[in-house]
Amino acid sequence: MANFEPILLRNRGVTGSTSLKVYESRGGYRAVRKALKMTPDEVVEEVKKANLRGRGGAGFPAGMKWSFLPKDRTRTLLCVNADESEPPTFCNRVLMETDPHQLIEGTIIAAYATKSQIAYIYMRVEFHEQFHIVQRAIDEAYAAGYLGTKIFGTDYSLECYVHRGAGAYVCGEETGLIESLEGKRGWPRIKPPFPAVEGLFRRPTVVNNVETLSCVPHIIERGAAWFTGIGPPHSTGPKLFCISGPVKKPGCYESPMTISVRDLLEREDMGGGMLPGKRAKAVLPGGASMGIISANEFDMKMDFEDPRKFGLLGLGTAAAVVIDDSIDMRVVLRNMARFYGTESCGQCTQCREGTAWMHKMATRIAMGAGRVEDLDVMLQTARNMGMMPGLSICGLPDGATYPIETIIKKFRGELESAIRAQPAGRAKRVLSVLN
Amino acid sequence: MAQPAGERLLKLSRSVKRAMSWQTINRNLPVMDPKAPPVLTEAVREKIRGFFPRYETKRAVLLPALHIVQDALGHISWKAMAEIAALLEIQPSDVIDTISFYTHFWTHSKGKKVIVACRSVSCEVMGGVAVLEELKKRLGIDEHETTADGAYSLVTEECLAGCDHAPCVIINEKLHKRVRAEDVVKLLADHANARLEIPRSDLFDAPAKTAADPASQNSQAEDLVGTTSDVREMRES
Repeated sequence: MANFEPILLRNRGVTGSTSLKVYESRGGYRAVRKALKMTPDEVVEEVKKANLRGRGGAGFPAGMKWSFLPKDRTRTLLCVNADESEPPTFCNRVLMETDPHQLIEGTIIAAYATKSQIAYIYMRVEFHEQFHIVQRAIDEAYAAGYLGTKIFGTDYSLECYVHRGAGAYVCGEETGLIESLEGKRGWPRIKPPFPAVEGLFRRPTVVNNVETLSCVPHIIERGAAWFTGIGPPHSTGPKLFCISGPVKKPGCYESPMTISVRDLLEREDMGGGMLPGKRAKAVLPGGASMGIISANEFDMKMDFEDPRKFGLLGLGTAAAVVIDDSIDMRVVLRNMARFYGTESCGQCTQCREGTAWMHKMATRIAMGAGRVEDLDVMLQTARNMGMMPGLSICGLPDGATYPIETIIKKFRGELESAIRAQPAGRAKRVLSVLN
Repeated sequence: MAQPAGERLLKLSRSVKRAMSWQTINRNLPVMDPKAPPVLTEAVREKIRGFFPRYETKRAVLLPALHIVQDALGHISWKAMAEIAALLEIQPSDVIDTISFYTHFWTHSKGKKVIVACRSVSCEVMGGVAVLEELKKRLGIDEHETTADGAYSLVTEECLAGCDHAPCVIINEKLHKRVRAEDVVKLLADHANARLEIPRSDLFDAPAKTAADPASQNSQAEDLVGTTSDVREMRES
C-alpha cells in the first residue's frame, strides 16, 4: 500500500484547486450529474452498499442514517458538520481549504438523496480563511447554476448556506449543532426523537460530517464495489489521518484504514519519524476523546474496530498527537481534564460536576500538590460519569472518561512516582494559593 | 400588537429609580440613556434582514446577527442586544441566553487586536505555554484581559484546528503558524493582523463604517452582567 493514490486529497497541491474551473477540469461535478439521473432511493442504496461509515467520530453508516428519514416527509433539511473542534483534528479544514467544490458536490448529492431543500454548512468561527474559500466556492456554484433553483437543468432545487458557529465544542454534536442553528444555546437534545424524524425547525434533518460528504461523489462516480474494495470490510473507503506533535512532517495524510499508528508516525510518506532527540512516549490516536495508547501499543490498526481492543472508545476522528518523553504525563492529564471541564455544556449534572472536579483534581496534581489517592478518585469519577451509556444527553462525558481513564491506567507508574517525588511542603503552598 | 421586546426593556430601564435606601442596586439591570441614538445603523439592520429568507424562524438569524453586530461595533452591548431582540421579534433574555453560551461573543469592548492563543494538547506539547507566557509578559496582561491603551486583548481557547502548525495563535482573523516565544515581538507588530486581505464574498463583508458612529461610544457605558470585573466587585463588596 505504499503508493496509495489520494482520492479525497487528489486536488491538494494543484494550483487553483479551490476554483470551479480547475475542479471541473479534473473531473469534478461528473458524479452529481450522474446522481441526478438516478432516483434518490437509488443514491441512498448505493451509499448504503458502499458501507460509508461517518467520519465525524461515531462511525455510524451514512446510508443507514439517510434511510431513517420518514417516507411521508414533505420537507427535509441537510446540515453539514464543519464544526471541527476535537483536538487535535484538522482534516476537515484541509478538505475545505484545498477542495471546497468536492464538499459542495457531495452536499448536493446527499441533499438530492435525502430530498432536502436547504443545506446548511455549520462552520466553526475560527475558520476565517476557510469560510471565505467555501463561501466563494458556493458563490461560484450558484453562478454556474449548480445551486439554486432547478440545478443542472433538472427540476430539483437546492439552497446552500454557510452558518458560522461561535466557539463551542458541543455544537459539533448533531443535536447541539441543530440547536445552535436555531439561534439557541448549543445544548444537545434528548433523543429520541432523532434528528432524522424531528430535527432542525422540527423537520426531518440529516447531519453529516464534511469528510463523509466528500466521499459521496467518489462512491457515485466509481460505484459502491470500488469503494468497498478499499480497506478492511468493516472500515471501507479512504480516510484522512492527521498527525501532529514533535514529528518531522506533521500534517494530514490519506490512506485506506489498514495502517497502524506506527505507520502513521514513522512512514516516510506520512509522519516521517520523530524530530531528532525526541522519543515517542504515547499517542492520542483518535482525537482527544478516544483515549491514549502507550509506546508498546503502536501496532494498533487505525480502523473502526481495532482501537476497542486497546481500551479506547473507537477510531474517532483518526487524528493522532504524539507525546514525547520530555512531556510530563501530569500535564497531558490536566490538559485533557481542562478541555472537558471547559467545554461541558452543563445540562447533565454528572458531566458538569464530574468534568469540573476532574479538572480541579488534575490541576492540583499538575501543580505538584497531588495525592496518590487522587488518581483513584479521578478514575471513579470518570467511570461514574460516562462508562454507562444512556446516562447523559450526549456523548461528551464518554469522551471525557476515556482519555482520563486510559492515561491513569496506562501511565499510573509515572504519575505515582511524580506525585511521590513532590517536595515536602509543596502541596501545602499550592493549596493555600488555590483555595 | 404588543410592543417590540426591545422597546419594553428600554422603557423598563427608564422607570427604575433608586427611591428608597433599602432598595439595592441590581447590577444586572442596564443603565441606558433614553436619548441615546440607536446603536445599530440602518446598514447593519439591512444586512441582518438579508438573512431572514435563509431560515424558517427569525430566531435562527440570531447567530449571524450577533456576528454582524460584533464585526461592526467590536462587541455586543446591552443596548445592541435589545435592538437585535426587537429586530428578530424575540425577548432580550433570549439574546442573552444565547450570547452567554458562546465564547466568541463579547459583551464588553475588547482591544483592537484580539489575540487568541491555543492551549490545547498539540500546542501544549509543542511549546504553546512558552508562547502564552511571552505574550502575557510583553503585553503586561493576564488571560482574558485588555491592555490599558485598548490595543490588545488576550484570550485562550481550546483547539483551533491548526495542530499541524502547532503552536498557533489567531490575531483577529489571521492564523499564525508555528509561533515560537521569540517570534512574539514581531507578531505583535505585524500590521497584516487587522483583517484578512483576501477577496470576500459580500455576505459577511467588512462592515460599513459604523465604528466611527457616535452611538458606539455610548455603548461602553452599558456593559453587561457577568463580566469579570462585576464578579470581582461582588467578591470585594
